[in-house]
Amino acid sequence: MSAPLLSAAGISRTYSSGGRRVVALDNASIAVARGETLGLVGPSGSGKSTLARILLRLIEPDAGRVDFDGVDLLSLRGEKLRATRRRIQMVFQEPLAAFNPRATVGGALADPLRIHGIAAPSERPAAVAHLLERVGLDPGLASRAIHEISGGQRQRVAIARAIATKPDLIVLDEAVSALDVSVRAKVLELLVGLQRERGIAYIFVSHDLAVVRAISHHIAIMDAGRIVEHGPAPDIVADPQSAAGRALVAAVPRLVLK
Amino acid sequence: MSETLARLSGLTVAYRTDGTSSIALDAVDLDIMAGERLALIGESGSGKSTLALALARLLPGTADVSGRISWPADGHAPLPGRDYGFVFQDAGASLNPVLPVGEQIAEVAQRHLGMAWREAYRRARNLLARVRIPQPDAVLRAYPHQLSGGQRQRVGIASAIAAQPRLLIADEPTSALDMVVQAEIVALLDELVREDGMTLLFITHDIALASGFADRIAVFRYGGLVEAGLAAEVLSRPTERYTAALIASHIDLSTPPLIAGGAP
Repeated sequence: MSAPLLSAAGISRTYSSGGRRVVALDNASIAVARGETLGLVGPSGSGKSTLARILLRLIEPDAGRVDFDGVDLLSLRGEKLRATRRRIQMVFQEPLAAFNPRATVGGALADPLRIHGIAAPSERPAAVAHLLERVGLDPGLASRAIHEISGGQRQRVAIARAIATKPDLIVLDEAVSALDVSVRAKVLELLVGLQRERGIAYIFVSHDLAVVRAISHHIAIMDAGRIVEHGPAPDIVADPQSAAGRALVAAVPRLVLK
Repeated sequence: MSETLARLSGLTVAYRTDGTSSIALDAVDLDIMAGERLALIGESGSGKSTLALALARLLPGTADVSGRISWPADGHAPLPGRDYGFVFQDAGASLNPVLPVGEQIAEVAQRHLGMAWREAYRRARNLLARVRIPQPDAVLRAYPHQLSGGQRQRVGIASAIAAQPRLLIADEPTSALDMVVQAEIVALLDELVREDGMTLLFITHDIALASGFADRIAVFRYGGLVEAGLAAEVLSRPTERYTAALIASHIDLSTPPLIAGGAP
């Protein structure tokens, strides 16, 4: 891999729960190349969402370093952090929770354009319409309330919002896990198409190794706060080296035609 | 040929909300055979969970039911807990949060099998071991919130089979669990119904998960039965386009990657 777009090294994080100290991340290191997808996969509680939130600067780690395009991400403050946030976007599992439920689709998409000064007020409706079209939605949806549209449409709106700022990296945390399979397939195709067109890197967090493999160039497997494997996706799936990796491969339901 | 455990004839369910009525299940005809493992497959809003709730007579008061469910083998509607056990998606919500899990399981055995409390409690301990809870003696005294999601689902299963029902209804029992735990729970359900000769009604959105152990598959969409048949036949020769599309949408480790060329 050439110089990675983002690399995280030695990330540790503990928190207290009911008086107990819980290690969420233990010396975790990952890297993702420009325009590629790193799949981050592991069982519940393995630390993958905590790591994703640290990369988004939503949680601070106890130790470790994150380099994003040559910049020490964890040291950024104020205006510099805000400028970098524009380049790292996110899509979560439940888009309704990520939006103001009373907002309209158009309002949700106009916000990042306004906050990051991307489009002048007069240009925003056209920019919103263009974003909706790009994610396969009818521009007429702009006037609808977020809670009125289907789960699949909402996740497309979340993706439209993420690409509104022309990011270099999108962190997707279980972004397709709640979708019906037919909807999921189309949203995955959309993500792959956007990556090809715009060179966006993804960190794709999921408990589903089969979906991760379908979309990822590289895969990192997490278990109990540690990265136990990190390598090209075909290698990890064909010959997992860790107990957690072998368990994940074995757990994928296979279509049995008997 | 085995006997029919339950026969659904023209089963229709509509939910009333704010003066309007929406049909969740539309004139479904389906037989459930004694001893079979039948998977109900469908996406959101397909009616598969409504069917399970109707069968268990657990529908809310806002549901209007028409059509018929008959029980030819028993001649009477099944008694909850005694004649059928129900495993819910969210075991945490179906267990009593302020009662130790051993007492919850023992209560089922005491009520339905007429056991003395001490005997029922011993049965609860054995059931926890049977659903492969590590340290069953400690877990007997635990409260649901002290257990992991996978352990809670094992407790839910132990409670559902405590009175040795003929029918086990499992409604998306693994959808809230990660895949490794999901595989363990499905293997456990498969083993339990085989050993006890139970009939299993397994409701899932995951056609591959069902393909691993179901004898028959019934596919639902928009409240209607799309097709039903032997699992191998429905999966290898679907007669309906929707079933074929569901199969095509499935992603497993042999699905071609969506990204060109894989890793550079």
